[in-house]
Amino acid sequence: MKRILAAFLCGLIFGVGLIVSQMSNPAKVLNFLDLARIPSGHWDPSLAFVMIGAIPVAAIGFALGRRRKAPLLADAFDPPTATRIDAPLVTGAAIFGIGWGLVGFCPGPALTAVGFGSGEAVIFVAAMIAGMLLFQAWTAFSGKKG
Amino acid sequence: MTQFTPLSAALGGALIGFSALVLWILDGKIAGISGIFGRIFALHQGDIVWRVAFVAGLLLAPSLYALAHPLPPLIVSHATALLIAAGLLVGFGTRLGSGCTSGHGICGIARLSKRSIAATATFMAVAMVTVFVARHVFGA
Repeated sequence: MKRILAAFLCGLIFGVGLIVSQMSNPAKVLNFLDLARIPSGHWDPSLAFVMIGAIPVAAIGFALGRRRKAPLLADAFDPPTATRIDAPLVTGAAIFGIGWGLVGFCPGPALTAVGFGSGEAVIFVAAMIAGMLLFQAWTAFSGKKG
Repeated sequence: MTQFTPLSAALGGALIGFSALVLWILDGKIAGISGIFGRIFALHQGDIVWRVAFVAGLLLAPSLYALAHPLPPLIVSHATALLIAAGLLVGFGTRLGSGCTSGHGICGIARLSKRSIAATATFMAVAMVTVFVARHVFGA
């Protein structure tokens, strides 16, 4: 129960962070990605400042975690296990980059935008779920072959 | 056009980083949204309840925020076909690439993961090229 409450609160804090930073607004994300705006002075580098604000705070968390054998509410830390820069990583990131650049939504902001009552975000998230299911179907299929 | 808002961006970023810090210290999980959300739909994956709870928090954040302040603007493309195509690409790509802006871009870089740095450089560069082509070649 404590773990579930902790996850809920983390989701809430994360979502409020997206709203405060306005990363919930695809227009702001696209105006960061649009480097052609730099010469006119209309470029919006806010997204870079979101990362500058977020990364050091998250890094403190990972540094604190290294001093402990286990997290406070669970049996063990659950870090990603893969270490190699492989084709799925780069291909997946590239496919994600195309989708992100088309509309300006990545998964977190899209879910938060659903909470705004945005119909466009609902359509995007429904398609995103379909894309995730497609990935699972594809891995299940290729896994059986190999 | 949107205004450059460095202070609110960094403050909101710090909140996102704090969420990642708390989730790691308390539960030992990476605050990567595509992984948390995507694995809800994985058939043989246990441990679903905390994922649903995290996503519920994300979905309810605007309602909480609106109690204190009016919500900031949300300007998004209205073209349904574009929304569907982008959603499919984001869903498939983030699962294939094991992460998105949060898991790779924030948590992974904070962990100094070479994989995450490579993934972040890739999706940033590709998204920038995509925006350039969409806005300045096709004029969307």
